[in-house]
Amino acid sequence: MRVGIVVFPGTNCDYDTFWALKLAGLNPVFLWHKEKDLKDVSAVILPGGFSYGDYLRAGAIARFSPLIDRIFEFAEKGGLVLGICNGFQILLEMGLLPGAMLPNDTNTFICKPVYLKVENNDSPFLRKYQVGEILKMPIAHKEGRYYIPERDLLALEREGQVVLRYVGPKGESDLKFNPNGSVNNIAGIVNKKRNVMGLMPHPERAVEKLLGSDSGLRLFLSLLD
Amino acid sequence: MGKWWVKLEIFLKEGILDPQGNTINSALHSLGFEEVEEVRMGKILKLKMEGETEEEVRDKVKRMSEIFLANPVTENFEIKVEKICE
Repeated sequence: MRVGIVVFPGTNCDYDTFWALKLAGLNPVFLWHKEKDLKDVSAVILPGGFSYGDYLRAGAIARFSPLIDRIFEFAEKGGLVLGICNGFQILLEMGLLPGAMLPNDTNTFICKPVYLKVENNDSPFLRKYQVGEILKMPIAHKEGRYYIPERDLLALEREGQVVLRYVGPKGESDLKFNPNGSVNNIAGIVNKKRNVMGLMPHPERAVEKLLGSDSGLRLFLSLLD
Repeated sequence: MGKWWVKLEIFLKEGILDPQGNTINSALHSLGFEEVEEVRMGKILKLKMEGETEEEVRDKVKRMSEIFLANPVTENFEIKVEKICE
């Protein structure tokens, strides 16, 4: 299965994502953001990094790259689109996912492992996980405070679109395990149709025990089904 | 066709936590400026551009702000237009 990894000026997790996909038995290809077609891929990943230096707002400039229109059409037709970190920020700016990203409430760049709870596995990205399972993955971002207005937040929760939440090592639900001030400890969401997902943690940096965790590998394996 | 300087001020909406503003506010208090209640920190963009009328220039910058320069989910913006005399 061919999976496209979109590369913008400033992307820095493209090779990590390539490695993770290979490890999962998938066939990754890079897609330069100025290209005009998706080369018949079955899924698209917007990887982490700092597209256009995160100038103005993270993801705001990347959202206008030529390939983005193709990704938009692909997603509208039900194609699988995954945004990791900066990719999540771009999906929010595109409007493929609801809400917006704000600078961390700590005022700092945060790079550390965090624990996540799988709230809902009903999507092509998470079907190899159990609901309630605790995952360990690193985060590395300065603008990771997920925000959505109250009324839309209630709808997001009600529709089961919150798929990953920051928790403690034993799955404790507590604000103190929220690294960046995200509303309701949200770390990852999906769209209503479940074919678009965004998450701030980096599953591609957690695909082998040697890296401290292999919690992220099943996310890529889930794409195989 | 005239030339204009347009100042665009972008701030987080009221009620959205502004950690930078809060940090500056605390620093002001520790310097003894207790009278300051709240600080909000935003962005200012200055655009030098051409346009026939102030209204036209304002409309264009409004459009730019709505689709790109500000994020409607989290930010409000204010446009100030100034004609350049040449």
